[in-house]
Amino acid sequence: MSETSVKEKSETKVKEMSKTKVKKMLFILSKGTIENAYAAFVMANGARMEGIESEIFFTFFGLEAIQKKKLEHLHVATVGNPALHMPTMLGGLPGVEALATKMMKKEMEKLDMPPIGEFIEILSDSGCKLWGCKLAIDMFHLERTDLIDELDGILTIGDFYGRANEEGTHLLFI
Amino acid sequence: MVKIIANREIDVNEEGYLLNFKQWDKEVCLCIAEEQCIPMTEKHWEVVEYLQDKFQKEEPLSIRGIKKSGVINIKEFYSLFPGGPLKKSTLIAGIPKPKSCI
Repeated sequence: MSETSVKEKSETKVKEMSKTKVKKMLFILSKGTIENAYAAFVMANGARMEGIESEIFFTFFGLEAIQKKKLEHLHVATVGNPALHMPTMLGGLPGVEALATKMMKKEMEKLDMPPIGEFIEILSDSGCKLWGCKLAIDMFHLERTDLIDELDGILTIGDFYGRANEEGTHLLFI
Repeated sequence: MVKIIANREIDVNEEGYLLNFKQWDKEVCLCIAEEQCIPMTEKHWEVVEYLQDKFQKEEPLSIRGIKKSGVINIKEFYSLFPGGPLKKSTLIAGIPKPKSCI
């Protein structure tokens, strides 16, 4: 009898999944460097994988990540990036940024990180909503046709806040 | 810890993942799936077989791998295992939870 009760006790200890208090993650990607785009994508995809809703709002330079012609050409910033431990003047030389980006992409491929275009497909198929910022799109004179087909729409910041109006929603600015 | 699944004592971790794949069989699988409110269809079994095959070959699982698998696409995968597809499908398949961030 006592043995059964012990077993029952351990059974109840088994955590139930998908019971997180975080229900929805909203990301604002405002930067056009490759590491920032990946940060947003990995976290947005990670949320979906945990059964959490996720959406990304692309604004200002973050729009580079959803422009058909530019998305595969995002770079890591070699100037003004002390974490690269490279003299600023060296970082500014022609080709250095491209080389650093190439090296980074190579390392990412080793970890089975998809390229930006494929990552967008994965996010879209996973149910992550992708939004463009109306103000920034107007400012850069972009047309809908310049942007990826997977884009779910173009929103004002007010529309975006409307999407945040749910309990358990978190916003993250990148 | 020990959990009673399909009237048997099964070794699981604190999240309910099987610790010993040898204890897994279809009966155990159906019980776990029921607990997760997932009705097993032919497609579910196909995915389970794919995951177990990858596990036995010691190949890491990722959502990108699912996309390339040829067994199922990502949209279907999410609709078959709602609320964390890789997490739930590996739990049902009796293999460890994937450690990858992608």
